[in-house]
Amino acid sequence: MTAAPLLSVRDLTVEFHTDAGWLRAIERVSFELMPQEALGIVGESGSGKSVTALSLLRLHAGSTTRMPSGEIRYDGLDLLTLPARTLRRIRGGEIAMIFQDPMSSLNPVLTIADQISETLMLHQGLDRAAARRQAIASLDRVRIADAARRVDAYPHQLSGGMRQRVMIAIAIACRPRVLIADEPTTALDVTIQAQILDLLRELQGELGMSVILISHDLGVIAEFAQRVLVMYAGRVVEQGPARALYRRPMHPYTSGLLAAIPPLDADVRRLPTIPGNIPDPSQRIDGCRFSPRCAEVQAACRATPPDLVSVGVDHLARCPPRLARLEEAR
Amino acid sequence: MAEAVSDLLAPPRRFPVLRRLARHRSFRVGFVIVLVLLLAAIFAPLLTGFDPTAMRARLRFRPPQAAYLFGTDNFGRDVFTRCLYGARLSLTIGFGVAVLSGVIGAAAGIASAQFRWLDGAMMRLMDGLMAFPAIILAIGLAAAMGPNIGSLIVALSVAYIPRTARIVRASALVVRELEFVDASRVAGASSLRIIVKHLLPNCMGPLLVQLTFVFAYAILAEAALSFLGIGPPPPAPSWGNIIAEGRDQAVEAWWIMFFPGMAISLATLGMNLLGDGLRDVLDPRLKVET
Amino acid sequence: MKLRVLRRLVLRLGQAVPILLVVAVVTFFLMHLLPGDPAAIIAGPEAGAEAIEKIRHQLGLDRSLPEQLALWLFHLAQGDFGRSIVLNQSVLEALSERLPVTVSLTVVSFAITIPLGIVAGVLAARFRNTWLDSAVMFLALVGVSIPGFWVAILSVILFSVTLGWLPASGYAPLADGVRPWLLSLLQPAAMLALFQIGFLARMARSATLDVLDQDYIRTARAKGVSEWRTIAKHAFRNTLIPVVTATGIILSLLMGGSVVIEQVFALPGVGRLIVQAILTRDYPLVQGTLLVLAFMFVGINLLVDVIYTWVDPRVRYG
Repeated sequence: MTAAPLLSVRDLTVEFHTDAGWLRAIERVSFELMPQEALGIVGESGSGKSVTALSLLRLHAGSTTRMPSGEIRYDGLDLLTLPARTLRRIRGGEIAMIFQDPMSSLNPVLTIADQISETLMLHQGLDRAAARRQAIASLDRVRIADAARRVDAYPHQLSGGMRQRVMIAIAIACRPRVLIADEPTTALDVTIQAQILDLLRELQGELGMSVILISHDLGVIAEFAQRVLVMYAGRVVEQGPARALYRRPMHPYTSGLLAAIPPLDADVRRLPTIPGNIPDPSQRIDGCRFSPRCAEVQAACRATPPDLVSVGVDHLARCPPRLARLEEAR
Repeated sequence: MAEAVSDLLAPPRRFPVLRRLARHRSFRVGFVIVLVLLLAAIFAPLLTGFDPTAMRARLRFRPPQAAYLFGTDNFGRDVFTRCLYGARLSLTIGFGVAVLSGVIGAAAGIASAQFRWLDGAMMRLMDGLMAFPAIILAIGLAAAMGPNIGSLIVALSVAYIPRTARIVRASALVVRELEFVDASRVAGASSLRIIVKHLLPNCMGPLLVQLTFVFAYAILAEAALSFLGIGPPPPAPSWGNIIAEGRDQAVEAWWIMFFPGMAISLATLGMNLLGDGLRDVLDPRLKVET
Repeated sequence: MKLRVLRRLVLRLGQAVPILLVVAVVTFFLMHLLPGDPAAIIAGPEAGAEAIEKIRHQLGLDRSLPEQLALWLFHLAQGDFGRSIVLNQSVLEALSERLPVTVSLTVVSFAITIPLGIVAGVLAARFRNTWLDSAVMFLALVGVSIPGFWVAILSVILFSVTLGWLPASGYAPLADGVRPWLLSLLQPAAMLALFQIGFLARMARSATLDVLDQDYIRTARAKGVSEWRTIAKHAFRNTLIPVVTATGIILSLLMGGSVVIEQVFALPGVGRLIVQAILTRDYPLVQGTLLVLAFMFVGINLLVDVIYTWVDPRVRYG
């Protein structure tokens, strides 16, 4: 590793309080984000990817969430223990976030101008008029035509793709160093999905941001990210450079996700899917958490939980049988 | 650790609703309050040696003391005894109103949902009735039908039918659109069968919640009507008419009107707590309703 | 935009017409259930059968019920609400004397209810599951559980009889000055508000909790907006939408409650008028008063609808 990471997450564990007591949503998640890097986090729903994203800015409800271990280093600060006041300066100003459903993520009773200006007034101390001008500029930047007029619209007057552009405009208004995009295209039409991804990629270059893209679709991640984190049942099961991961997935779950990407050239009737569902956090599984669904399962997998170990250059995985096979082949 | 906890709290298999109710704090408190009042009403003769209506001129206006826990009124009657017997009348009225408005309201609501040609007229009628504040409608009806318990129950029921009907209609409309109802309609099930098999059972939750609140309102309304002189006629005590009779001596003999008021508050509080609990468990959609 | 609001208003007005018709018919039949012969009451106890019959004819009571109904509706359409039998006044005259009292009472009570109820509800939601939430919700529950007139009597004993701070009864018209007017209404209005405050607080709390759960609140937090600003700017306006809807119910409750409270404080308002009218079998007066109250209620709901339009841009711009 050459440059210093912009953001580094160490051993992050998050637990939620439920009727059944404290349940562990993610366990000892660690990763680093380099300056100007595009990092993808992939997994099915329930894998803990969104929990991870929300934890970075401590956006979980305070009373029903706890983090028994972990550290999130950013700019010499630990975001997990930062006083709320300081954290608010980082939220939206230096680390911004966009969410899955742009309709529900925008406030229905405030105009677009209100919602973008707010960030600018808060973090850059602009007055109302200046913030409004910046808001229009920000809409221009996300390629919204006729920004000067659209800025006075309410969210319900815009289309889905347009709303997500507005969300992005809010997020980039203060030129953040990190943009976290939590399933930004899932709620959108396929054609719009591609447009939004293109836009994010262009903005990343223009503004020199680091981006964390979260998706259940490895195809989306493949197009976007340089490095990928694969999560399953609250744990990182594999992580590494995108190319290495695609060429030689070192975890059966990654293989399963890869197989589920629709190929561009062939008209496939039916994509292979991974049988079964992610276990509920309350469900007790000895050994590897993926073992009940794994086609390559061995007796040892069910006995001891595997560690995340190095399987190549900057490439980690949590599957001893595959590692053993790799070493045999060598 | 998480695994161990979840083992202990495995999802209940039988009567999950009852279990959840039993765990609900405000439901438990409400249940105990209502049960105690109910038992007090039923076993009133065992709890007191006095006659609720016998007048004893020498014992007028005794303040609360060991022999007369709640004091005596201007006729020398024991207020504690009257409150106990008053519970019978007041709770009967509350229960009667809940049942009557529940039956008619549910019938109207379900009919509205099932037979669309009826819906417009029915709902305009309900809107019309709701344009009167409930208590004023009840006053008018109660006065029209004469001062007795039956007419009071009918009057209050009419006042609360529109709200009940609306709630039932709303839930029935939702159920109506569900696939299994469609399926049985396509399979040739009669309207009656759809109503009995599908609509009614699925409206029970919201209906039950609404009726606990109606019960509470009815107890309050009985008191208000008594105060206005249109309540259950004396000398038989109801909580409302004890207050009404004690009102003139409120300054000198506060206890006459104080204790039945406490009883009303307690009963209403109990029913409201019960209703809150039921709502949380049976019908998370419903918010505070009138 | 203005046009849209106007169209909605016209539509609502159109919907109100059948409701008002139902109200009129219901009122009519309600009053014909009343036992006792109004003609006999007017004629007085010594009048002979012939005199009673004459009055009956004058009042139109000798006609068939449908005829009477048609006649009544006909008069209503011309703005004629009939004459009170007992007061020897037209219904509208009698009402116009009493209405200011009831409207004053309702307005003052509403002014107490709205801020207290909303603030209590929002605070309870913000401090969900803390002692403050429990305390506010318990008080709100007590508010909707105790009989208002009973607390009112206790309050008179304390504040008027024992402490002598506030008048125990009677109404001072606004023409006599704001201070006496307000003093005469403060206690009844506060007592009347108890139930509504409880109701509104519970409602505002659940509405706020609903809103605080929404994604756009998370967006605001992610933008770095402070906790209080999130509530004041992002949550509150959304909370107002269901709350505005509830104000219609609250006003109806206030009007109903004022009947009893006016009795406790001997305020010469519409509530006392209607109780008096019912007890004296003055059925044109009952009919007319009920109708006017119902009309007012429908009017209030129209107003609420307009306010609603103003609060929720989704309705305003369709």
